Amino acid sequence: MGNKQTIFTPQQLDAYQYCTYFTRKEILRLFHRYRDLAPHLVPLDYTDQPDVRVPYEFIGSMPELKDNPFKQRIAEVFSEDGEGNMTLDDFLDMFSVLSEMAPRDLKAYYAFKIYDFNDDDFICKSDLEKTLNKLTRNELSKAEVDLVCKKVLNEADMDNNGRLSLEDFQNMIAKAPEFL
Amino acid sequence: MPKNSDIARKLEEVGIEIDGEVDSAQENSTPKNKGGKRTATEKRGKVAASEDGEDEDEDDEPPRGRRAANRRKVAQNETLEEDSDDDIPPRRCAGNRRRGKPGGSAAESGGGGKPNKRNKRGGKKQKEDKVKGKQDEKSKNSRYAGKEPSTELLFYTAVAKQFLRFSTKVDVSPLCLNSVTIDHHICLLAPSRGTVHHSFILHPSIPYPSEDSKSERGGEEEESMSEGERAQLMEEVEEKKKLIANIRNKPWRMKRRLKHLKEAQLFVDKFEGALGKGKGRKLYAYKVMMMKKWIKFQRDFENFKTACIPWERKIKEVESHFGSSVASYFIFLRWMYGMNLVLFSLTFGLVVIPELLMGLPYGSIPRKTVPRAEQATAMDYSVLTDFNGYCKYSALFYGYYNNQRTVGFLKFRLPLSYLMVGIGTFGYSLMVVIRTQSGLPMSLRTQSTLADRMAKNADVGGGDGEDNEFTFAWKMFTSWDYLIGNAETADNKYASITTSFKESIVDEQENQKDENVHLRRFLRVLANLLITCTLGGSGYLIYFVVKRSQEFANMDNLSWYEKNELEIIMSLLGLVGPMLFETIAELEDYHPRIALKWQLGRIFALFLGNLYTFLLALFDEVNAKLEEEKSIKNASIWFMQEYHANYTANHPNDIGTPPPIDPSDVIRGPCWETTVGIEFVKLTISDIQVTYLTILIGDFLRALIVRFLNYCWCWDLEAGWPSYGEFDISGNVLGLVFNQGMIWMGAFYAPGLVGINVLRLLTSMYYQCWAVMACNVPHERVFKASKSNNFYMGLLLLILFLSLLPVVYTIMSLPPSFDCGPFSGKERMFDVITETIDLDLPAFMGTLFSYAANPGLIIPAILLMVLAIYYLNAVSEGYKNANMELKKKMQMARDEEKNRRNNKDSTNQVLKDLEDLLPNRSNLPRPGEQEEKPEERKAPKVKPGAAGKGINVQKDVSLALANPNTRGLMTQAPGPKPVGRLPGNAGPGHKGAAPPPSH
Repeated sequence: MGNKQTIFTPQQLDAYQYCTYFTRKEILRLFHRYRDLAPHLVPLDYTDQPDVRVPYEFIGSMPELKDNPFKQRIAEVFSEDGEGNMTLDDFLDMFSVLSEMAPRDLKAYYAFKIYDFNDDDFICKSDLEKTLNKLTRNELSKAEVDLVCKKVLNEADMDNNGRLSLEDFQNMIAKAPEFL
Repeated sequence: MPKNSDIARKLEEVGIEIDGEVDSAQENSTPKNKGGKRTATEKRGKVAASEDGEDEDEDDEPPRGRRAANRRKVAQNETLEEDSDDDIPPRRCAGNRRRGKPGGSAAESGGGGKPNKRNKRGGKKQKEDKVKGKQDEKSKNSRYAGKEPSTELLFYTAVAKQFLRFSTKVDVSPLCLNSVTIDHHICLLAPSRGTVHHSFILHPSIPYPSEDSKSERGGEEEESMSEGERAQLMEEVEEKKKLIANIRNKPWRMKRRLKHLKEAQLFVDKFEGALGKGKGRKLYAYKVMMMKKWIKFQRDFENFKTACIPWERKIKEVESHFGSSVASYFIFLRWMYGMNLVLFSLTFGLVVIPELLMGLPYGSIPRKTVPRAEQATAMDYSVLTDFNGYCKYSALFYGYYNNQRTVGFLKFRLPLSYLMVGIGTFGYSLMVVIRTQSGLPMSLRTQSTLADRMAKNADVGGGDGEDNEFTFAWKMFTSWDYLIGNAETADNKYASITTSFKESIVDEQENQKDENVHLRRFLRVLANLLITCTLGGSGYLIYFVVKRSQEFANMDNLSWYEKNELEIIMSLLGLVGPMLFETIAELEDYHPRIALKWQLGRIFALFLGNLYTFLLALFDEVNAKLEEEKSIKNASIWFMQEYHANYTANHPNDIGTPPPIDPSDVIRGPCWETTVGIEFVKLTISDIQVTYLTILIGDFLRALIVRFLNYCWCWDLEAGWPSYGEFDISGNVLGLVFNQGMIWMGAFYAPGLVGINVLRLLTSMYYQCWAVMACNVPHERVFKASKSNNFYMGLLLLILFLSLLPVVYTIMSLPPSFDCGPFSGKERMFDVITETIDLDLPAFMGTLFSYAANPGLIIPAILLMVLAIYYLNAVSEGYKNANMELKKKMQMARDEEKNRRNNKDSTNQVLKDLEDLLPNRSNLPRPGEQEEKPEERKAPKVKPGAAGKGINVQKDVSLALANPNTRGLMTQAPGPKPVGRLPGNAGPGHKGAAPPPSH
């Protein structure tokens, strides 16, 4: 573990610990995971905050995300440039939010962003359709998709404006027993 | 590169005082080359600051003098004010006014003893304040809004460094400098981002200057700080601390979070020390430092704790392959392991080890010796595996323990400790299970609060009722298990999600199409009938077998089967029963989730029935043994009397030598406690064997066959029958729970059982992890763990109670054996306690206890408790009703709202009134408004053009003239305090450049 010191300064580690739900060991492990994605891009020395982005192709191939139907969205939401290319900060951010320590509210917030495909701060019908098609791999017929979307909107849309706002979403999610 | 010039401009804006720093600020913008130099300057600053920090009054003249000279050179036009600095009172008044304080109290400070220069410097800084103050008043609201530009940070660092270098504050501790060095990194980071918003630069209205100005005040007028101000500062510091603590909960980007963290830390570092006063301050600073150390320690401890949680990665691996439901079993297993470790250390530390170390050695007394008749076979393997022979007379079992009141030179009261450990085992388990039941086993890893958990559980409790409220929405948003990291599992998950959607769609479309209810009902009744029969049958079978085994016990030369009949039958029932139930459950045609619950409940009933039948049969046996014991006891007493009679006849002089019989020849009773202990140990061992063999054959062998015979088989073994096994979560959990129940029951009579169990859990962790990864396939219907954990804990609690009963019954009502165990020779086991009270505690304690044990006291106490339970129950009932009522109302309100939106004319007066009454209803739209507000607030801040210019103008004017108006402007600077002390400036015309041009 001799190289531990050279990756981050203690202050950096400290700050990361404040900003994420991880311990220093986990942060280092995550860093190595990050680096393993693209060893030729990521330097081993982060003390001077190099500006490195790992492109989405690498991020998406991680086992954690590989089979996730929303992997592209997740990467987009958490990356700073909105295209899935992640810096180490984004990377840590993503794992922090997805970790089990993160509170429900925070998760709900990011979940909302993930499901909000067109970034208009509302989950509208097209978002729902996309979500559903991703979840079922387009195995539902058009009519079925329509029906489900209508039901979802009917159930969760509190202010009846035909789309789900963040509050609607949080309200709905807060009651869900299975939301992790 | 526009940025450099921007910085320079800004620095100009801020005050010429910083001129000495411009070079270093430029270094900031080109950090890669000159980073070293920069740190050097910083170090210088550090030295100076720490010197300052150590002794307040020491004035490091040289640098300061140089600065002062510089300043004079550049800022000629300020001489006027510098001179006026010497008469302090007006300045102070101004300062105080600025803070909205009555000015009187503050005047005594710095001026008197301190060198003039400091004041001059202070004056200049205050001037700087003024500039910033003006900016502040515009930016008060915008502190946390939006993205701050990176250059702002550069600027800030420059100022901060400046401050550090000059500051005479005591509290500039090394820690503070730490955070500055952190800042340094951020600065290095900043230029590389490359996106600088000019608008932001032109509008330096972000919080830093205000903090800075405050800090200067803190440094310079520390003694003049009045109570109110300190309180406010304290508040702010607290706020920042809170921010630090909660920063990870903010949905910000990491960069922003880091920045805010730095800021807040710096702020806290600076001001925490300033909060104390006079002599108290050093103490305060010390306290703050200790607090920091403590926090660091806590964090390290947290790190350590996480490192100590075993098998985390193993479980995660399983989780990614099989979904969270399978992982939940392993988490449960780990939790059990932890609990058993504690029980193990209790039992071994307080009972087994003391007896082994300090008690009489093996072979010294009859209970610690193998009887003569058994000695020949005592070491045979077959005997040992039956836990007879040496095993029976070892510390593993109750009978081995001596009834000596104290053992060893420590006077360790072993019998008392034995009883206490027995009780403590249950006490501890009860506590842990109840606590975890409200916190789920997950609480080992998560850190959400208990209240959170409780709320969650309450939610779950009410969840069934609301199931249909959000069916589709939940399916849509929460059905994906984000922990899946395996293609196969993912495929299954997709399939299961699609199926579930289709199911719900069909449900929705058909919506209660009841075909032939009667047939279904009939089938369900039939199924339940069958299951009841099965349960009864299995119960009877066990009873029969136990009876038979008692008969066998009196016979010789038994076959292996006959010896182990009981265990085999019980294990077989445990294997066959669930399968049978599953088949019968097909008849019922329930929804799978409900079916799973029924299934679990039935298996539970089966196990429980078996266990209790076993116990009842065992009690029969115990009673028989007690009878037998009585006769033996009489015989041995008679023998002793005979012996003594003979002995005293032969040797009239000395009485009381024990009969010279070898301990292995003494007639002894059956020692029913050890028998019970052996039964439980045997049961546990056979349970382990069956479990492991099932895994080996049912999973591993099957997997091997399927895998390798597939090459030469008529049909596809992998796809068709028998395929690979799935991991049976419910069965495994139930097995674990029942195993634990047996441990609890048996632990009192066989202290070694806990050790065996710890070994079992440890091995099964590795074994099952391996088995599941090697030979199981993910579930076809991957379902999430969700709340079933809670269900398991409920089962565990139930089992705990049920296993508590027989043990307590035996302790309280059966007489212990007369010649074995720690309680031999006593009427009842709990007599140990009375004995201790009588002999070891002072007399009045004895009387106290006898009063406490008086029925007259106990009965009212029990009544009181019953009443309390009743009352609490009623209250909770009431709350539940109120809750339901409110929910109904909300639902109604929602429906009404929808209706009204759909056609605005429909106004049901009653419902409308209701709506008005409902607090929830009126709260609903509010968050939306709040959402928009920040944006509104942001808006003016983002258009800076005019304001920025205004500031420039302001700067010029304020630097030129120390006029009262500029000071007036500063009344608004320090945040949200009431303004209006100067009537001329109290108007809204404050904003921006309006007043200064009027001069």
